[in-house]
This record gives sequence, C-alpha cells and structure tokens, in this order.
Amino acid sequence: MTPSLYNPRTPWEISRALSRSRRDFLRGAASLALGSTLMSASPLVRAESARKKRKVIVITFGGGARDQETFAPEGQENIPNMLRELAPQSSFFTHVSNQGILGHYVATASLATGVYETLNNFSAVAPEHPTVFEYYRKDLRRPSSDAWVVAPSNGFNRIGESECRNYGVGQGARVILPKHLLSAATAGGTPDFDHLLRDNYETPLYTPQIGGSEVELQQMENILRLSVDDFMAHAKTVSSPDELSVYIARRLMQQEAPSLLWITMHDIDVAHSGAYSLYIEGIRRTDRLCLDLWKAVQSEPEYAGNTTMFILPDFGRDSDYDAGGNGFQHHRTGDPASRTTWMMTLGAGVRQGVVYDAPVQSIDLVPSLGAIMGFSAQQSAGKPIRELL
Amino acid sequence: MQPRDLQPQHFAGYPPEARKLVLSHLEVLRQLPLSFVPSLLREAIDYDYRFPAERSLLDRELANLNTLTPAQIGQRFEAFAKVSLSPALEEFDWINLPAQFVEQESAHLWSTHQLDAFRKAATDYGAALESATPPEPLPVTRLGIAVIGQGVSSYDGKLFRNLRQHGTWFGRIKPDQGFDQLLSAVEERARAYPVPYGHWYVDGGQAALHTPSISTVSYNGLAPARATLLKRMQAEISSPGMGPEELRTRMARLVPADLGMDKAGDPVVDRFQVKLLTEGSGTQIYSTTFGQWTTREILRRAQALTLLVRYAPRQRQRPLNELLANTKGAPELDPLGSLIDADMAAWYHWINQQRLPGSDRSAFLAWFEGHGQAVAIGPSFPKGAESSTELGLRELLNLAIR
Repeated sequence: MTPSLYNPRTPWEISRALSRSRRDFLRGAASLALGSTLMSASPLVRAESARKKRKVIVITFGGGARDQETFAPEGQENIPNMLRELAPQSSFFTHVSNQGILGHYVATASLATGVYETLNNFSAVAPEHPTVFEYYRKDLRRPSSDAWVVAPSNGFNRIGESECRNYGVGQGARVILPKHLLSAATAGGTPDFDHLLRDNYETPLYTPQIGGSEVELQQMENILRLSVDDFMAHAKTVSSPDELSVYIARRLMQQEAPSLLWITMHDIDVAHSGAYSLYIEGIRRTDRLCLDLWKAVQSEPEYAGNTTMFILPDFGRDSDYDAGGNGFQHHRTGDPASRTTWMMTLGAGVRQGVVYDAPVQSIDLVPSLGAIMGFSAQQSAGKPIRELL
Repeated sequence: MQPRDLQPQHFAGYPPEARKLVLSHLEVLRQLPLSFVPSLLREAIDYDYRFPAERSLLDRELANLNTLTPAQIGQRFEAFAKVSLSPALEEFDWINLPAQFVEQESAHLWSTHQLDAFRKAATDYGAALESATPPEPLPVTRLGIAVIGQGVSSYDGKLFRNLRQHGTWFGRIKPDQGFDQLLSAVEERARAYPVPYGHWYVDGGQAALHTPSISTVSYNGLAPARATLLKRMQAEISSPGMGPEELRTRMARLVPADLGMDKAGDPVVDRFQVKLLTEGSGTQIYSTTFGQWTTREILRRAQALTLLVRYAPRQRQRPLNELLANTKGAPELDPLGSLIDADMAAWYHWINQQRLPGSDRSAFLAWFEGHGQAVAIGPSFPKGAESSTELGLRELLNLAIR
C-alpha cells in the first residue's frame, strides 16, 4: 500500500476532517459564517402562536451522496442551486453522523423515529418505534391530513406509522408512493416500465409486497384533485421518479397544505448500478428539485414565511479508499464517508448563512422537530439540536 | 454448531482440492471463533476454481495459522471471539454455505451495532497476516492500462482529474494505432513473463484480436450468458415468496453450465465470469460497470501483473417519459456518459492496483482513446506535472515500465 493510500487516522478523525472540509468550503464558496460565534441568542421564535402556524418540510437528499460530489470543492459543480441559492439562506450543519444501519428504508425510518431502527431493510415492515408523525399528531391533536410522506415505492409504504403501543395504526402520516400510483395507473406496463418501478436500487430485483396506509389510485382524485388521466399526462413530461415525487408533493401542498411534509428523494441511488455519470446526474437533479421545492414554499400562501425546511442525506456512500467497498457505488462498509453527512436548515426561525460544525446525529432530527413544533419525542434516542432551539 | 465440533465428514460436499485443503488444516480451524471461520471457508470452498494468486494467499494464511500456538491464536482472534452471534447464525449450515453465512452475519453485525468492532478486528487481522506472510517479489513491474472514451469525438470537461495528482498529464499523445500498440505491449509482456492468469485484457465491447497468451473477458462475449441470467432472474423474481436473500442464494449457486457456458474451455475463467455477473451490481446491464467491476475483481483475485481495460459505450438510461411512451427499438448508446463512467473507473483501477504488492514500483497509464490526452503514473513520472512532449503510446508505455 502506498503512503498516499494509507490513512492512519481513526474514523472519528476522518469524520471530523470531513466536517471541517465542508465548513471551510462553505465559508469560502457561499460566504457563510461560523456558527460558534453566533450562539448568543436563540434564532427561533418560540411563541405558541407561531408554533401553531409553523410548517415543517423534511427532504431526504437520497439516496446517499458523498462530499466529493457535493459539499467539497470538486463537487460544487453538481450542486449549484444548493450552494448559491439555498446555503446562504440556511443554517448548515457540517457534521451529521448516522450510527445505524445504512440501508435506505431502515435509515429513513431511523430518521423518522429518532431511534436507530434495526428492521429488515428489504421488508415492508413498520418501524418499531413511534414516528415523528405519530408524536406530532397525538401531542398536538392533528388530523391525518396534516402529516404526509411522499416516498419512492415500494418498501417505504410502511414508514408513516409504527406498530408501537399507544401510537401505531391510524395515528401516523398518510403515505403517497408516486411510482406505486403510476404502476396502478398503467396496470403493470411494459417490461421496461416494470424495471423503472422496481426502484430499490440496492436490490434491484426485489419488490416487496405493498401493504400499509399508502394512498390508492382511486383516492388520488379526491385528495389531490388529480384525475388518473391528468396524472399520467404529467408523468409523461418528467424525466425521473423524484421529479414525479416533487410534482405530487406540490399538489399536496396546494390541496392539503400539511404542516408536516416528508419527502424522500431516491434518484441518486442509481449509483448502485455502478454508472458514475448517472449518479452525478441524480445529484444535479436532486439539487434542482430542492430549489424547486423551496420556491414552491415561497409561492404557496399556506407556506410562505412560516415554513422551516430541512434537507439532509440519509447517509453518505463508501469512500474510494476503503478496500471493503467499491467507492461511490454502494454504502456497505460503514466507513466514515458513508456515515458522516450534513444537514441544511432554512426558512422560518432559522438563522441565515451560518455553519455549525458541532457533531450531531441523524436521530437528533426528530427531537429537534419536536422542540420546534411543540411535541415530545418521548422514545427517541436523540436529543434536540441546541443550535435550532 | 461451533468450529470446535468440526469433523472430516462435514466437508464431504466440498470439491476435491478444497476438501483436501480444509482437512489438512482441520485442527487449527477448530480453534478459531465462529465469527471468523466461515469467511475462511468461503475462500476455501471454491479452491478448485480459484486463481493461483488466491490459492497462494490462502495456503500462506493457513500455513501461518498452523505455526501459532493456542495462546497466540487466542490473542490474534480475541476481538473476533468477542463478537456475539445469534442462535440462528450458530445453527446455520455455515460449512456448506459459508458465503450466505457471511452475508447474514454482516446483517447481524449491522443490526447489533457490532460492525465497527468487526471491521477493526478484520483490519488488525489483515495487518498481522500481511506482516507474517510477506509477498514474494514480482517478476516484473505491475502495469495497468485504462482506455476510455471510445466513440466520443470531443469533450470539453477535465479528464483524469483524480489521477493527475498522482502522475503526469500528457496533452500531445499521438493517437494513431494507439490501442494496437498497447495490446501488443501486453502480449509481449505475457510472452516474456508467462505467469498463469497474470496478463489480462478486458473489453467493454467486442474484444480485439489477440494472442491466447493473455486472459480475456469481454462484455459482448458474455452477451448470451447475460441474456440467460436476466431471463432466469425475472423468472425467479416472479416465483412466490421470493425475497432478496433467497434470490442471492440462488444466484450464488449458478455455475457456468446454468448460463450456457458449458462449451467454454477454462473452468477457472468461466467460474470467474459467472461471479462477475451474479455478484456484481449493474454488470449485467451497463458495459462500463462491467468493465470497472471486472477490473476490480481481476486485481483483487488474480493479482494481474498486466491489465489492459478498454471501455466501450454503455446503453443509455431511458428517462421516465420515454419509458412511459413505450417506444421500442434497439437500446441507444451513451458515449459521453460512458466517458465519465470510465474516467472514474480508471481512477478505481489505479486505486485497486495500488492495494497489491509492489505498488511502489507499479505503473499505470490512462488514455482518452483516439485523442491526445493521457496520464501516466509510476516512479518515472513526477506527480501533478503536465507535459507537452509529443509521444506515441508505445513510447509513453516504455517510459512507464522502464
């Protein structure tokens, strides 16, 4: 092994280095300030009246992107919108670690429960612990129409609610799987189309059985005010599943205006196919879609001015240098590059143009949302991020 | 079942040479922890079909273990012994299905938060083994060549961005007959240093004519096997109760005859090719992925002394709207996307080469096919430098391996 490939640092040191690199890059490229110098006053308005109107949108920048393709100098060409438009308006957390299982469904479930879930990533099972949607609805007595998930099919159909005692069935979020709707609308489709619908890139040959509280095709017209014909007509104009998800999310914002909206992006996970250019295309598309959603927030009266948006990857991808992996293609090694990510927070109550490099965990998201929205994430193993309080 | 209970008859299902190898080291295997032994058996069970370099590594590893006293074994495997396994894993048929055990063990380690400890144990074990069993000197400097960008007439982006910092970028390479020169250099090395499975040529399209002295794998050459495999996978997926674990298990059991490769000559290469298609993600669909994964596996398993890889355009990924339009026809190619794929693949080629013995003297060359750009890495070339010297590819190669 050559000296250039031999890295004697510990995983912790590598994580810290990744964090510092993001911080330095953002401070230079997007003129963000270092958060540790700005900790004197709470940036968020804590009044109860504000909480009642507060809306939160969480976007998972999925499925998994690395620094060198995003928030590192060589990656900036892939995220022009996040870098130039969103980062200057945001509080940016450079060191978010995920100590759980690095599969997309189980990791997203962990993000949504605030507990490192251990469910089978490839099974259509509910999270073991209560989800953020259940905490939110139960504590604040909100109707089911106020918490929604838009996610890639098919394994994510159970992510809206747990099977936990005192929470569980009927108390979580409603789930829309746009590709599942598409599948139903085309009644199976052609072989090529089947391939598209089989969207779990980690195991592209497996499609779990659907079961859960996802919205069925016949309900789409009532909820989204969208006929099957119009849905199909629009689907024929988009280039990717995530574009379809964003279209559905915007319809939801217009028709239901949920206060808690969770959107899981997944195009980037095409990296599992091993084609680097497709992975890069996925990142660029997701970057554009994040800005589109932010613009939608500004243009929707129900959301403008009172919405806090969180953008974060569920985790990273393997380093080029870990012999146990194959670089960007997978996230199987559990190395620091695959565990260390970032989070961008912007909108209502968020200090703009600030970088925080204190370490936080991905499971800290739910208790932080609880502190912002006014519910208690009792069973979460995370803790509220003090920079957001 | 625990390793201490191992008996000769447990290995009756192993191929002859694998059985002989394991039985000759049974006593030491009995002393090792269950969290470790199946990993070793996963390598051993395919011993009959492994490359000489793999056999040598396994022989040396087992020989090294045989030299250890029980106390030394206890010390070296202490961290592995601390790994807690589930009763289901302990009851699993890890003797006959070691690869499946390792996969399930990996899932168990993830879910019980023991992965980091296991990674450290494995890394420490690898380092101890490496220092105890130094590799034999190479007969010749290791050489890697990546030819990228076939079918791209012009490209404005910066190529070889990752590789440049480790070598010298050349902007005035004479491209005429470039590939032929490279292939003939590989053939010459194969003749001069006739190491079995030591010299390889991988093509992401149709392989060019070459002498039988080099081992060859090509994407187009495996087209019938790929088609058979995809058809078989579709059938498996449609069967009731199929899940990812079961599907992987069935894929792992495939042998060359299952994919219509029974007429081919070399059983070792045929088995290797089956594994490229059944274990590699995306290798069945994208030729660039096939080229990159094949390169990785040839270096990791065969420890090639010479490896020439030529990337060809892969099929274009069709966007959602095209799929919905249900237009049929032959798959279009994506030369530009393939260039970007292959540029990254060349970087991984060099990284994987540098993981092998002799990396301080190894040489690497990446060339934009049909164009004047190349990057060369090795002791002869300053790092991060640029050269405007006009050179033929053969001349550049001679500089690299001198």
